[in-house]
Order: sequence, then C-alpha cells, then structure tokens
Amino acid sequence: MVVKVYGPDYASPKRVLVCLVEKGIEFKTVPVDLMKGENRDPEFLKLQPFGELPVIQDGDFTLFESRAIIRYYAEKYKHQGTELLGKSIEERGLIEQWIEVEAHSYHPPLYSLVMQVIFHPLLGLPQDEDLIAKSEAKLAKVLDVYEERLGRSKYLAGDEFSLADLSHIPFTHLLVTKVGKERLIRERKHVSTWWDAISSRPSWKKVSQL
Amino acid sequence: MALKLYGNPRSGCTTRVLTCLYEKHVEFELVPVDLFSGQHKSPAFLAKNPFGLVPVLEDGDLTIFESRAITEYICKKYTANGTDDLLCSSDLVKSTLVRTWVEVEAHYFQPAASPVIYQSFVAPLRGLPPDQKVIDENLEKIKKVLDIYEARLGETKYLAGESYSLADLHHLPYIFYLTRVEGFSGKMFGERPRVKGWWEDISSRAAFNKVVEGMKLEK
Repeated sequence: MVVKVYGPDYASPKRVLVCLVEKGIEFKTVPVDLMKGENRDPEFLKLQPFGELPVIQDGDFTLFESRAIIRYYAEKYKHQGTELLGKSIEERGLIEQWIEVEAHSYHPPLYSLVMQVIFHPLLGLPQDEDLIAKSEAKLAKVLDVYEERLGRSKYLAGDEFSLADLSHIPFTHLLVTKVGKERLIRERKHVSTWWDAISSRPSWKKVSQL
Repeated sequence: MALKLYGNPRSGCTTRVLTCLYEKHVEFELVPVDLFSGQHKSPAFLAKNPFGLVPVLEDGDLTIFESRAITEYICKKYTANGTDDLLCSSDLVKSTLVRTWVEVEAHYFQPAASPVIYQSFVAPLRGLPPDQKVIDENLEKIKKVLDIYEARLGETKYLAGESYSLADLHHLPYIFYLTRVEGFSGKMFGERPRVKGWWEDISSRAAFNKVVEGMKLEK
C-alpha cells in the first residue's frame, strides 16, 4: 500500500517526503492549493482538523504534524534505508533535543520570514518590515548557537546525519532561495558546510525535482 | 547515580518534566535556577543549554535540554517504571498518535497559552502593565484549539487514545496557570464539558499534585 502525502508543493510536507526517500518508502502525492483555500474544505478538515499541511494516509491510518509523521516512518522502517534515529537511547535523546530546537527556536522566526517575504505579496498583504528585521535577528542568534555546535560535531546530534538535520532542510532551502537571506548561512563557516552536506543529499535533490 | 534537573519550580517547562519524573518514580535532584536574576543566561548555564532556557537534564555524561525531548527520554529509559507507559511504546501506531498530540500541544496550544500567562502573571511581577489585546487575541486562539480537543475527546478518553500519555501530561502546567486567569475556566470549560472532564481527570493525578505546590505565582 502506497503512502499518500498531501500538499507536496509546500515546505512542511517536503520534510515528510525527504524522510520517505531516505527510508526508501514508496509514496504518491495529492496536491492541495492553499491559495484557493483547499485546506479549509470540510473534506480536508476531516483529515486534519487544524487545516494545516501535511497529512498522510497509509491505508486506514491517517496522521498529521510533519515531525510526528517523520518519527513514525523512521521508527517503522528502522531496518531499511538511512538510520535517522541513532543507535542508542542516548543518541535518540540528543536527536530529539535538536528536533525540538528546530521546532521551537529555528522554525518560528524562519516561518515568519517565509510568510512575510514570500506569501504576503502573493496574498496581497502588506509586509511588516519590523517583524522581518526582528525575525532575522532571532534566527541569526540561533544560527550562532548552531555554528558553535557544528564546530564540535559534523551534524547537529553527533557525527551522523539524523532526523534532526533532515527536519531543517525544506524551510532552510526557502531561506537561501526565495527569502533571499543565504548570507545568514554562508557567514557561518560550520553552518555553511553543514548546509551543503545536508542539501546535497540525493533525497533532497529528488524531492526538489518532484 | 541520580538524575539532576536544572530548572525552576514555577516554570511551566520545568514542571512538565517534574511531573513526568514523578509519574515514572525516578529519583532526581532539582537544582534551582533563578530566572528573575538571569541565572539562566550565565556562562555556566549556557554551557549546559546554549539557548539559555530551563529545564536541562543531566544523566551522567549526557546533558539534554528541551522539555519534550527530556520527557521522551525519561519515558524511553524508564518504560517499565510507574503506573503507565506514557509513550504507549509497545505499539507503533499508538505511540505515534501520542507524538502527534504532543506536537499539537507544542505548536497550537502552548504558543497561545504562553503570552496569556506572561501578560497575566509575569509582566505584573516585573512592574509592567498587562497587554489586554495580546491576552484577548490568544484566548481566541485557545478557544479554537479547545474546540478541536472537545471533538477529539468525544472519540477517545485521552488525547492520543484510551490511555493517559505524554500528550495529556504536557498540557498540565500551562492549563494550570490559565485556570488562575480570571474568567478562564468559566469561558473555556463552560461550553466544553469533555475538555472540562479531561482536565479534572489529568489534574487530579498524584504526580501532578506533587508539583503544583511549587507553582503558585501569587505572593
């Protein structure tokens, strides 16, 4: 049975798609147009009551929240594809820590930048220059912590690529492309090397081309 | 060797972890961190958590920060302890549903609850007037989330399924503080009997009641 992933054009669903490719799991995608408000259709709200993307259907099993979905597949297919969850409870603890950091410290200011710089013009909404400046400053501080960390280990949770690094890929791609703030990455030597390593993985190349 | 938890007994994120430690009957030492004097931004503390936030867990050589990573680690390490497997770890589908509703609390509930609590309790302690606009906007967001919980709790006894889990536990500190905001309980629970019943159930658990005494914000 092939996994159905809703909303493949957007960054949070891409987090799921990269994970599925890393684990060698077959999937098909179902487009959802946020500009047309398809995420507010009653049929969609039955799948995801918050009206957000992604949501997956795997036979009878429906799941939402991208970071829950990637953990599910990384766990279910632990013995196949790339090991994304570490080899011990302690390694798993550190991977979970950095997934939480991505979710709570990295993602919120980056999400503000993505909304303000990319989506507000598309929606005909004004851009809040003050919020953009503040979000950039917050993200810069977080990246300073990453710079120090990545000076001590090759990837965030240790010396192996993990779900913690994977979780960063789709929105960071937007940061360095459409948001136009690649210098936040390039000004930090270790962050820059880390970004090149994770964004050149075949899984991301494949997902970018879908 | 006993675990060390660095944190503050009035901090929502610290009490989240404390509740989990009590549920799992794990021995630990609480090392107080004084947030009002900025101890969490000292170089010694930043060496433990470069983001300068509580709580931080030390278990031998391992240091972990982020409360929801810590609770998960405790539950995984001490699966057999305590009365409940808070991760439903014997069943991948069940444990994933726990994770889903943990994410929901983290991404929808807490970001709305935090500003209400800050404006209602912390700002006055700092001598600042509460921003009623922020409070009102976020109460509206909380209402919408609780509507979804009300529907969900019509299908299952707890958020992730029929067993109490981390998904429910993670809500305890923030809902506790919200119930101390004037009018909150009436407005939120009045029209949501299932959410009310769920809150009364989870907040009556012994582990949480051990933690609640230290959480009082009133002088």
